[in-house]
Amino acid sequence: MSGEPKQISCAEFQSHLSELIGSGADVSAHPHLQNCALCQALLADLQTIADAARQLFTNVEPPDDLWKQIESAIEKEENEEDKDTH
Amino acid sequence: MPQSEVPAHLADPAENESVTPQPPAEPVVRYAPASAPDPAEAEVLARAQAGDHHAFAQLYALHKRRIYSLCLRMVGNIAEAEDMTQEAFLQLHRKIATFRGDSAFSTWLHRLAINVVLMQLRKKGLNLISLDEAMEPTPEEGPGRSFGAPDLRLSGSIDRLALERAVADLPAGYRLIFILHDVEGYEHNEIATMLDCSIGNSKSQLHKARLKLRETLQAQGRTSAKETQS
Repeated sequence: MSGEPKQISCAEFQSHLSELIGSGADVSAHPHLQNCALCQALLADLQTIADAARQLFTNVEPPDDLWKQIESAIEKEENEEDKDTH
Repeated sequence: MPQSEVPAHLADPAENESVTPQPPAEPVVRYAPASAPDPAEAEVLARAQAGDHHAFAQLYALHKRRIYSLCLRMVGNIAEAEDMTQEAFLQLHRKIATFRGDSAFSTWLHRLAINVVLMQLRKKGLNLISLDEAMEPTPEEGPGRSFGAPDLRLSGSIDRLALERAVADLPAGYRLIFILHDVEGYEHNEIATMLDCSIGNSKSQLHKARLKLRETLQAQGRTSAKETQS
């Protein structure tokens, strides 16, 4: 991180943001954010999205007939294996 | 193979299907569990590994919701999710005897299903390695524009359905990385291995996916605000 926050533009900061977030560092402590409401908002939104993702997509039930299709496909494979064996 | 049903103690709690308990087959333990698994599932697993079709049906009943939902999240399409769930359980049937318990069975199956989905997507022509080029946002919709004004800031809580719809609308490559990292909880190094890409690529794709989601949610917010005003 730079000690010269005023010399870092939003574009520069954002160009490094994926690496900063991915590094696990505390991005909120970055000097650029201390005086930039736009990038603060961006970071907060990205964090909100990442947090919300964990609550997404409750598991759903597959169609009832899917097991019959799988059973049938397994049976077909086994029959083919039997033919190859004999 | 006979139609099989699941004993009540193993049935998915979300199901209300009637069940007919079957006499247990002689367990054949073929693996050494890494951690203490549910003894009932361990017995079913051992029987399935020994070729017991009924036990395999029980494993399907136990894991079908998780695997189908994973496929659905990754491909965003019901018909394809069904096909991939079927392929995942076919693969499981072929490979179940090779499971040695180095990880939990559910973890192993989850990873197997992800590999099935990725393989199918590759077969369909989605190049998972050069996602950056395929999915690069156009200049007018890139990150430079997306940070926007403070009044476009998302509220602290996002509507779950709106976010699910936005995720479903993501380009396939973005969706994969977002699902694997933010929803399924895989680390970038694991994703890089799965997708045969660099860790930096995985981080970059995830970041772009989140930016795209933010942009979509902001657009939805603006639309809702206009509808409220009119």
